[in-house]
Amino acid sequence: MPKADLSSTTNPTPRVGLFVTCLVDLFRPQVGFASVKILEQAGCIVEVPKAQTCCGQPAYNSGDIPDTRAIAKQTIAAFAGYDYVVAPSGSCVGQIKKYPGLFTPDTQSHAQAVDLASRTWEIMSFWVDVLKQPAPSTSFSGTVTYHDSCAGLRHLRIKRQPRELLTHNANLVLKEMEETETCCGFGGTFCVKYPDISARMASDKIQRIEQTGADTVLGGDLGCLMNIAGRLRRQGKAIRARHAVEVLADMADGPAIGEAE
Amino acid sequence: MAISQANFRARAKHALADQNLQSAMAKAKSGFVDKRAKALLDLPGFESLRERGRRIKDHTLAHLDVYLDQFERNVNANGGQVHYAADATAARALILQICRDARAKQVIKAKTMAGEEVSLNEALEREFETIESDLGEYIIQLAKESPSHIIAPAVHKTRAQITSLFDQHHHQRSGGPLRETPDLVNEARQVLRRKFLAADVGISGANFLIAETGSIALVTNEGNADLSTSLPRVHIAIAGIEKLVPRLEDATTMLRLLGRSATGQQMTAYTTFITGAKRDNELDGPETFHVVLLDNGRSRMLGNEFREMLRCIRCGACMNHCPVYSAIGGHAYGWVYPGPMGAVLTPMIQGLDQAKDLPNACTLNGHCQSVCPVKIRLPMLIRRLRDYQFEQSITGSGARWAIRTWGWVARNPRLYHSLTGLGMWLLAHLGRGSVKRLPLAGGWTKHRDLPLPARGGTFQRQWEKHQ
Repeated sequence: MPKADLSSTTNPTPRVGLFVTCLVDLFRPQVGFASVKILEQAGCIVEVPKAQTCCGQPAYNSGDIPDTRAIAKQTIAAFAGYDYVVAPSGSCVGQIKKYPGLFTPDTQSHAQAVDLASRTWEIMSFWVDVLKQPAPSTSFSGTVTYHDSCAGLRHLRIKRQPRELLTHNANLVLKEMEETETCCGFGGTFCVKYPDISARMASDKIQRIEQTGADTVLGGDLGCLMNIAGRLRRQGKAIRARHAVEVLADMADGPAIGEAE
Repeated sequence: MAISQANFRARAKHALADQNLQSAMAKAKSGFVDKRAKALLDLPGFESLRERGRRIKDHTLAHLDVYLDQFERNVNANGGQVHYAADATAARALILQICRDARAKQVIKAKTMAGEEVSLNEALEREFETIESDLGEYIIQLAKESPSHIIAPAVHKTRAQITSLFDQHHHQRSGGPLRETPDLVNEARQVLRRKFLAADVGISGANFLIAETGSIALVTNEGNADLSTSLPRVHIAIAGIEKLVPRLEDATTMLRLLGRSATGQQMTAYTTFITGAKRDNELDGPETFHVVLLDNGRSRMLGNEFREMLRCIRCGACMNHCPVYSAIGGHAYGWVYPGPMGAVLTPMIQGLDQAKDLPNACTLNGHCQSVCPVKIRLPMLIRRLRDYQFEQSITGSGARWAIRTWGWVARNPRLYHSLTGLGMWLLAHLGRGSVKRLPLAGGWTKHRDLPLPARGGTFQRQWEKHQ
């Protein structure tokens, strides 16, 4: 994992391109607004390039390399020139960090992909590891548990960062669940290709969440959170699911994922 | 064992509903995972040991021809014989011929996954009285099943099921009392002891083949392999060519990784190095010693980007930590190698079109790679197989069409934002908060509600207004 470039942290107002991610764009816009809010609080100049769509992961993980490559090129172009590219998802950031592998070494595209990968950060690790700012103050109060999404955890080594930020707030009680590092069963297209297996994994996850007594499950990836929230609702459970950034931006007072407005 | 062509999804569904399987799996999973974690706490240098293991295997694979040659020379020098089997048919033919030449009537087997890979039992049973001596293998032999785990073949069976199998085969009765595990072990031991003494040929696998000495290394916790390989007149070991390591010292490094990764043991109860047949001045041991080296697709992998899969030491840690394997067990995978390692090996050995679901029935969560003692990048290899499936149109046409259409839209941002804007507007007005049913989204809504998008429109649309 690349180390934070300390020279650029001296820039008090870095220009950040927000990679919204398709799921946030389509299903949970408030995670995008929450991301903008905390990045601006930290002094970043935030822009949202219009030419972005998705990171290409559905194509990549389905074996469709030509489409992945085209989407990667589009993303590279859309985010050229930003000091940093930040996304509220470890999964999408992990995908962008795989872009170099799509291109022949020593080509211009490869160099551009390497450059983009080195500038791209998941939002909570960006805050802790790059901006190195104290956690934002929030008014959230309640007992939460945190689900470690696999790509962020294993590819980007995101584990301590969200916990550090969340527990800064003394009114937020974090109760760790057993097997918090076990996959929730989302897995992108896996969850619709193998719904029976996926549902079993989600049920196992929910059992672990329930055992903590938490009223809210937080996470850093909307895919996992929608999977968990969808299964929670199907089981008629009252536990709520939110993206951690909603809490950090103090925007966690509205409906949780899947709740009526 | 022949590959099962039956539908993976159907088998998985069946497994999910099988209460016996589910309770056996839940018990086994926590056992393996916790024991490994504890063993690692006691060895702070485990990470550097993994790296050493990876290097040993990579080095060996890069010079496999040299080490195979050295191994063969040393086996010969110790009075043994090496046979090369290009595929499963050749391996079966070689082993059957050795048994016939020895005028064998009874054959006893220690656990060998290479033997499972070439369907050795079915072939042996047609000509010889053949019995498994590993307790797990013995149980599934009685049940006429295949192994569901590479180190714990009967992991899917509950104690009650085993009791009833033993009642049927040892006592010709049904409904005997439920026995404790030690009692079941003793019962099997009584039966097997007589078989050990009567067997003409003992067949084992090999955990490692050591080039510098021409030895094979075997690990068990039951001691059955030692009896299988030393009591009968003939010992045949079958092993994949990737089991080689250059030196005895390398084997000890690999053994330290294997025990901890597999069962959370520093060392298995029995670790045996076998070098050749019985010498003139020795009392025990077989008169002849054969090693059957199995290729069966391995040299093809050696030459392509899947080479690192040949580092595998068959510890089972990947499947023990795989949430998909834990949910459905090993039989759902359809062949002898289940879980993440099977999702790579089965398509590589049997053909990509013979195991369509295996590379796809994986969430790419990466837990397997993080516990692999030789750092095989399993998710990368599994995902890479999907590339080949897509290229060769093995991926179903519906899925291909969907992904290509989606990809085309995603490559046109203006179209993408218009279409998704419209789609999300429609979706947002289907209900409040979430819906239980949605046409074309059955994969999602079968077991989950679908959280609906916000009514205010997509983020991009709202952002545009906000600017």
